[in-house]
Amino acid sequence: MSDHDDHDHDDHDHHDHPHNAPLTDVQLRVRALESLLTDKGLVDPAALDALVETYETKVGPRNGAQVVAKAWLDPAFKQRLLDDASGALADLGFIGRQGEDMVVLENTASVHNIVVCTLCSCYPWPVLGLPPVWYKSAPYRSRVVIDPRGVLRDFGVQLPDEVEVRVWDSTAELRYLVLPQRPEGTEGMAEPALAALVTRDAMIGTALVRVPEVVPEVVPEVVPEVVPEVVPEVVPEVVR
Amino acid sequence: MNGAHDLGGMHGFGPVEAEPDEPVFHAAWERRAFGLTLAMGAWRRWNLDMTRSAREQMPPAEALATSYYEHWMFGLERMLVAHGFIEPEELARVQRGEIARGAPAAVQTGALRPEGVAQLLHNRRAARMDDPVPPRFRVGDAVRARNLHPTGHTRVPRYVRGRNGVVAIDHGVFIFADSHAAGLGRKPQHVYSVRFQARELWGADAPARDCVHVDLWDDHLEVAP
Repeated sequence: MSDHDDHDHDDHDHHDHPHNAPLTDVQLRVRALESLLTDKGLVDPAALDALVETYETKVGPRNGAQVVAKAWLDPAFKQRLLDDASGALADLGFIGRQGEDMVVLENTASVHNIVVCTLCSCYPWPVLGLPPVWYKSAPYRSRVVIDPRGVLRDFGVQLPDEVEVRVWDSTAELRYLVLPQRPEGTEGMAEPALAALVTRDAMIGTALVRVPEVVPEVVPEVVPEVVPEVVPEVVPEVVR
Repeated sequence: MNGAHDLGGMHGFGPVEAEPDEPVFHAAWERRAFGLTLAMGAWRRWNLDMTRSAREQMPPAEALATSYYEHWMFGLERMLVAHGFIEPEELARVQRGEIARGAPAAVQTGALRPEGVAQLLHNRRAARMDDPVPPRFRVGDAVRARNLHPTGHTRVPRYVRGRNGVVAIDHGVFIFADSHAAGLGRKPQHVYSVRFQARELWGADAPARDCVHVDLWDDHLEVAP
């Protein structure tokens, strides 16, 4: 048994019980199972640590964002991605568990793709990491096939009626990645800057890629000779 | 089986609520449940289809009231007993949360070690097969998802059974999940992306252009009448 459950003060554990509260049934059960399997020599707790660390620190949606940005900049790579996604992604090292056979779906002005797994929660791990809770949840899995436009509205996306919404239910071992549309206003941007705009949800199909509205920093070109001094009205603070 | 895992088209679960800046895991026990599932899977005594089938055995009311990694634990516990890694009495103690304080054995040969993790995760061993099985359908063919209601594992969601669609992509030859889950062999056959119009699935009120693509195997399909 590793000491993870006992001494994990990770602030991500905000859904865990407070530290002095009794452990829940599932916490106890998982701890007891790890203890039993470790005692039998069937698992090495350090291997569990390595598995967890991989998906907490190494594999996540930044991988997919890099692929999208590269496809936006390089037409030959984009074509290869659409023709042979597994091969193109393998070249970048983004292949493996739950992403052995990949399909990339291109969003266009006339087609919007959304990915789901209604039967379990299949998801392309090598490019997106592990799925978020909403993707695994009953509300998403039940509704996105029957009311995809309603789900998109939950995410703040309103598509015109003339756009075809194409939902992909991952019922076999194919895993799908959405190639979102490149937004206007990104001309001349380099790959890292473009990748930074690409969100996980845009690669599932529940969001569009948007350029954040930058509030321009006002740098006056000409420094006026006389800068009128504005003396703020002093409002005395009442200290009680 | 017609279980609570087959959610497509159900109503009443409310809006989809995304959590901003969501962590990968929400609790320490989720990390360990995830790690245990992959580490024990690395023994290769069962396949992923069997794992999914085991998770689907959770009674529907319980399945809808529990979380994703609780489903994983339920499936793992059953696989461990079914394949002789633990005894039923040991599982009963686990479920009561009892920690066995015996003398720990050395890690067995064959157990996943930290240095084997990267290889395990990059392994391209998958469900795709090289067998030269001819396809029963071609892209553009009108097909119907068979009206099947097996009590065992199947990858045909209820919402497409008996519905007509068109073969959009031939993905190639894959292990047949339905037989593989039952230990009845790989039955290699073609998998297709079948396009179902939203109106075929959900009626005349659905948007005319919208559609759902579902990946189905040869054995799931018949020629559209």
